[in-house]
Amino acid sequence: MATIPLLELAHARSGDKGNTANVGVIAYEPSDYPLIRDRVTADRVVEHFRGLIEGPVERFELDNLHALNFLLHGALDGGGTVSLMTDAQGKVFSTALLRMEIEVPDEVAERVRGRGRVPAAGPGASP
Amino acid sequence: MSEHPVRIASGQGFWGDDLEAPVRQVEGGPIDYLMLDYLAEVTMSIMQKQRSRNPAAGYARDFVPLMERIFPACARRGIRVVSNAGGVNPGECARAVAEAGRRAGVSGRAKVGVVSGDDLMDRLDELSAAGHELRNMETDEPLASVRHSVRSANVYLGARPIVRALQGGALVVVTGRSTDTALTYAPMAHEFGWRWDSWDRLASGVVAGHINECGAQASGGNCLADWWTIPDLAEVGFPIVEAHRDGSFAVTKHPGLGGAVSLRTVKEQILYEMGDPATYITPDVIADFTTIRLAAEGSDRVRVHGVRGRAPTPYLKVSIAYAAGFKAVGTLVYAWPDAAAKARAASRILRERLDRLGLAFDRVLVEMVGWDATHGPLAGEPPRDLPEVQLRVGVRGPDRAAIERFTREIAPLVLTGPPSVTGFAGGRPRVQEIVAYWPALIDRTVVEPQLSVDFVDI
Repeated sequence: MATIPLLELAHARSGDKGNTANVGVIAYEPSDYPLIRDRVTADRVVEHFRGLIEGPVERFELDNLHALNFLLHGALDGGGTVSLMTDAQGKVFSTALLRMEIEVPDEVAERVRGRGRVPAAGPGASP
Repeated sequence: MSEHPVRIASGQGFWGDDLEAPVRQVEGGPIDYLMLDYLAEVTMSIMQKQRSRNPAAGYARDFVPLMERIFPACARRGIRVVSNAGGVNPGECARAVAEAGRRAGVSGRAKVGVVSGDDLMDRLDELSAAGHELRNMETDEPLASVRHSVRSANVYLGARPIVRALQGGALVVVTGRSTDTALTYAPMAHEFGWRWDSWDRLASGVVAGHINECGAQASGGNCLADWWTIPDLAEVGFPIVEAHRDGSFAVTKHPGLGGAVSLRTVKEQILYEMGDPATYITPDVIADFTTIRLAAEGSDRVRVHGVRGRAPTPYLKVSIAYAAGFKAVGTLVYAWPDAAAKARAASRILRERLDRLGLAFDRVLVEMVGWDATHGPLAGEPPRDLPEVQLRVGVRGPDRAAIERFTREIAPLVLTGPPSVTGFAGGRPRVQEIVAYWPALIDRTVVEPQLSVDFVDI
């Protein structure tokens, strides 16, 4: 097994509903979705965002889109116009969640290495 | 009744979006409808304030010069425009749009439909007396606790009144607080003559509306998946829904424009601002987003089908805005070396001064932009050689004077705090009044009889 950031397996988009942020996490490859569904539990997301959100986390599965939707309650300092946060509308909770480190089989880690980042440029850069 | 797919183009995802996008949608290829979403929760209270100063104001003014530009093409090609630009004053908005039509030379060839009746501001006391508490959906408090601070109150309306306006022959339909999704599925319901209990078709229309409502967010804008590969965002093509009678549709864009429509761009938008995906509530139907089926259909085209829906609730959602105190945010920039240590020291000094002044706030938030402002504790400790950091301090509270005094405590740090500080040229921070959002539900039978659809000839 290897430990990799969720960033290499999934992309994401986040937004707001009042004082709740939502993060949709989408597997790049449908075949990796079951792994994400197993590893990225609501409990792990609570732990991941400790100190950043105040309320509970709800998780919904969208097997049809190979995606999970998380509601992070109490994430936005009151939300919308009330919040003092730079990210008052929860726009970048998406990549914050993709920082999560998850355990995957070695062959998966090998296959997805570098996914989610701008490919390195310049002499000697990998394609 | 039409059998060819109905092309509904998204032209605006919020008030402040790309002003050229709707023009590109009209000029870039064939479309049948152009939907323009201008309203966010806060927008209504801003518009209410504008109307209180000027009875002819209170709508999205950008809409009028836009219509003047595209009116000739819309009238000639029969492109119908559906927009919630009316804000808190749809009647005045429609009048201004009709004038724009006359200036654009389409007199006698078009009319504007106006949907009104969503504004509850003048009915709040009557509703309260009749036992409608308008409890906050998040906190369960009754509206009475902030009644004196209420600035606007509007019901989210569905597609039915828009369909009435389209049936009445309007080339342009102007609404107040319609749901964003209705601007897209009302044309579908109208063109295909859907019954209002065709739950699956309506639900599919809601999905189409959700994909269209944020403009380019469905066609490559703000797309995280391989964002560096998305072509020509400078001239991004906004999404176009090509809808069929059975409710299924394709998402695409004009071929000559930038951006991309792929499974990834569409999935990201479907998940945007999503709650419980099985229960996406609108005034006309509850859509189940876990039933959506997607299929890539060649270049920049995604087919959407299989959506299931069920009957809506007896309630409509009310968007209420109320005054909730004041806030201000001050910033300073600290440079290498030890930028983060300097910013932290400045923050401590500032907090101590605010304490000594006896200023009380409901909330003080310190962020370090360039280090932890977006990901908080997940960012870890700052690298020792962080080149620079922006200290960003926000305060919030009910006492305007305390907030005002805070705004005078930022600049002094430049000469009385840690060194290598800059970035204060913008002057003192501005005190902002907080207009907060109060979501509530109301029995739909209280609202629906009051809805009206009127027409203004051009």
